[in-house]
Amino acid sequence: MDRTQLLITLSIALFALGLVGVMVRRNALVLLMCMELMLNGVILSFVTFAALSDTVSGAVLVFLVFVVAAAEIAIAIPIVLLLARQRRTLDVGAFSELKG
Amino acid sequence: MSLETLLLYFFAAAALAGGVLMLLARHPMRVALALISSMISLAGIYAILGVHVIAVFQVLIYVGAVMVFMVYVIMLLDARDPSFLERYSRAVVPSVAAAAALAAILGAEVSQGQVMTAERLAQMHDGLTGASFGVQPFSVEFIERYWLHFELTSVLLLAAVVAAIAVFRAGRRHDG
Repeated sequence: MDRTQLLITLSIALFALGLVGVMVRRNALVLLMCMELMLNGVILSFVTFAALSDTVSGAVLVFLVFVVAAAEIAIAIPIVLLLARQRRTLDVGAFSELKG
Repeated sequence: MSLETLLLYFFAAAALAGGVLMLLARHPMRVALALISSMISLAGIYAILGVHVIAVFQVLIYVGAVMVFMVYVIMLLDARDPSFLERYSRAVVPSVAAAAALAAILGAEVSQGQVMTAERLAQMHDGLTGASFGVQPFSVEFIERYWLHFELTSVLLLAAVVAAIAVFRAGRRHDG
């Protein structure tokens, strides 16, 4: 298998694994971590294509994606902690009225 | 098969194994450790591709900042939470089927992709050494051309910090 194909296939596999985790697991923190796995898969495909085109702008954009991911987790974890404090559980089934 | 290709396969297998372990592990701490091993394997892949800057960022930002934060929060939580005992929701079969279908469709597209001509592919293989991804060209380009984006990043992080504090204050008012 060609190297690029291998990396893109790995990125698809990581994205699918993260997707299964988000849909299947019950713990809110595990859900967040599975989203991180999906994001990592997407970043892998991005880095692969950036390395193919051999430009610096790809690396800069990946750096910005990292920063956005850090900001996202900094917001998401306080929200999860507040939910856990209010309901005394992290089970996402307990928050079902949030679906609106 | 060269050593580099061998290492690439090894890190790819390790990243996949980490992802699978994330689904199987019961306790969130084990999920976090599996995710960390998967991320470090991805950093190894980036290093093999020659994209050293991104490999360093992957370890520093993801493993160093995000996952340490996550592990810290897991240690704060109650270990007798019911969601630790029952791992999966009821929708296991349809979810796995849907994700497997997505992966199969995308994978089939990738495996029979005919977009590239042989000539362009040869060019691109030269590109995969990632010669322009060293620290020095990255830094020069970053400061000279992308300084505005860099400053905007700091504004985004400041907004995130303010929002996190606001969320906590709102929660305290709600409690008390």
